[in-house]
Amino acid sequence: MADTTATPNTFRSGPNETGHFGTFGGRFVAETLMPLILDVEKAYEAAKKDPSFQADIEYYHKHYIGRPSALYFASRLTEHFGGGKLYFKRDELNHTGAHKINNVMGQALVARRMGKTKIIAETGAGQHGVATATACALFGMECEVFMGAVDVARQKPNVDRMRLLGAKVHSVTAGSSTLKDAMNEALRYWVSKAETHFYIIGTVAGPHPYPAMVRDFQCIIGEEVRWQLEEAEGRLPDTLVACIGGGSNAMGLFHPFLDDEGVEIYGVEAAGHGIETGEHAASLTGGRPGILHGNRTYLLQNDDGQITEAHSISAGLDYPGIGPEHSWLNDIGRVKYVSATDEQALESFALCSRLEGIIPALEPSHALAFVGRMIGDLPKDHIVVMNMCGRGDKDLEAVLPRLETMGLL
Amino acid sequence: MAYTENRLTRLFDRLKGENRGALGIFITAGDPDFDTSLAIMQGLPGAGADMIEFGMPFSDPMADGPAVQAASLRALSSGASLARTLEMVRVFRADDQSTPIVLMGYYNPIYSYGVDRFLDDAISAGADGLIVVDLPPEEDRELCIPAVELGLPFVRLATPTTDAKRLPAVLKNTSGFIYYVSIMGVTGTKDVPTDLVRAAVARLRDHTDIPIGVGFGIKTPEQAAGVAREADAAIVGTAVVDIIKANLDENGKATAPTAQSVIDFVGQLADGVRSARL
Repeated sequence: MADTTATPNTFRSGPNETGHFGTFGGRFVAETLMPLILDVEKAYEAAKKDPSFQADIEYYHKHYIGRPSALYFASRLTEHFGGGKLYFKRDELNHTGAHKINNVMGQALVARRMGKTKIIAETGAGQHGVATATACALFGMECEVFMGAVDVARQKPNVDRMRLLGAKVHSVTAGSSTLKDAMNEALRYWVSKAETHFYIIGTVAGPHPYPAMVRDFQCIIGEEVRWQLEEAEGRLPDTLVACIGGGSNAMGLFHPFLDDEGVEIYGVEAAGHGIETGEHAASLTGGRPGILHGNRTYLLQNDDGQITEAHSISAGLDYPGIGPEHSWLNDIGRVKYVSATDEQALESFALCSRLEGIIPALEPSHALAFVGRMIGDLPKDHIVVMNMCGRGDKDLEAVLPRLETMGLL
Repeated sequence: MAYTENRLTRLFDRLKGENRGALGIFITAGDPDFDTSLAIMQGLPGAGADMIEFGMPFSDPMADGPAVQAASLRALSSGASLARTLEMVRVFRADDQSTPIVLMGYYNPIYSYGVDRFLDDAISAGADGLIVVDLPPEEDRELCIPAVELGLPFVRLATPTTDAKRLPAVLKNTSGFIYYVSIMGVTGTKDVPTDLVRAAVARLRDHTDIPIGVGFGIKTPEQAAGVAREADAAIVGTAVVDIIKANLDENGKATAPTAQSVIDFVGQLADGVRSARL
């Protein structure tokens, strides 16, 4: 018989019907976009309940993305750290090299159901842009990607891939010329094309329904970890770790475990040059609640409510905000948010390449840096699962000179 | 404190008697600096502006094109803030009791300032309405309802995508006037389609009696006249901001003719609007 006195308080029921997670989230957009956002919500709600949509997703997961991605016991790093057992969820093995494709395939299928054939997207590291360009090539859709000029320069291989896949890449020079500005520009462009274009947002942020929709498409990560670890170890993980820019890979790993009380969860923000220098991208650690890009969430901002520039060596984490559900999970204390600096991430980048033969993207290198700080003190039977959410090929140009300077190459 | 001035209502009532539409002029508070911006603002009524849409600078203005984005950044880099914007309203209001000022901007600086404190300070400074671009009806309880409860008009945007089904929701808590965005896009990127404005205004009139202002894309005195023929107000922003920019030095600082150039251009727009229904 079910215990009715135990707290049935679920952490997985959000958002409410107005798109709020506690006080976070919402729909803070210009009127021009509102009708379209309501259409997207309606289309997504219908798709969720449609078995043929779910069948489509499963088909592309298996035959195109290459899911399930492996759950890999990182034995040499485990030995190196000398504490708990480290597993990597290998989402860097997905087609296009990161978790981003999970979300993009879902949204592209929603767009197709809505009869939209023109797609826009923003991108930071370029992984979301590449994933979107890929899905558009597959489905015969037009694709335009907005990318900050700084990111265009530091993630050139991804720009080349997008172009090869047939996408038009807009280099955005406004503001700090990074992900925030790319998103501003994509939203402005969308306002002018709202009747014809679908905007595939790359992370668990933006106006409702995007944070929930992107999360749902990324939850396959955590769902697979659940059964894969059951097979490997016969139990749940003790600790989950993922890096956070907007937070989509983290939400995908975390969400299926939020109601498993015994599972400790850590999100790792980018501390850039160090939180104390003010040059970082750690919205939860160093920001406060505000409104940007359609939602209320923690933001880096000054006393006047002006958004300040984020800094991270990782273009994918270089964003002054974070998904609203993370803000809520932070405030209620279900997930702990910590940070790792550029330098710590670079050390982990080198370490993982040497010990596991896996070249991680700079983004998950932040997660690994945190793992390295804590796993050594854990008992041998303590299982840590970290999301290896992207591969590092795209970062070599930026990383190699730094590693040489640090004497790690 | 409650708002009791009703300057917008008085303006539109008066202009009805004169059989003409209003000229609304948008400038960004503090662009390019506090003193020049105040001089421009103070010169607007004399040049023929009937109301002032006063932009509260924001780092990430998502509904604005490059010209107004740059104006915000110029203002912020010369020390603009929400408190300074309200200070400018207060100084203006000391000399001008009748020209309505509608504060236009984005929600985050207001949220950061504190909604109740903001409403109090805006009303006591002499503001007559609010336009907050990223607060659609779905988020009315954030700021719109608190403003309306104090009697302060909350001016909402209606756009070409606001269909008949959605219009009642958009109009529900709107007061002062309804601001029809004439184009699909951000400010200043396309020319106003004057031929379509007539039909759009007629469609809005079927749903509401409150005055209708039209903006986004009015660049010339002729376009202003064309819009003022159909609507209760023609609002010009980017074209004014472009004049400011054209009269800055190479470092983006004000020059001797900056304020006067704006005043002269507004004079031409005012002539256009005043000739519209004669």
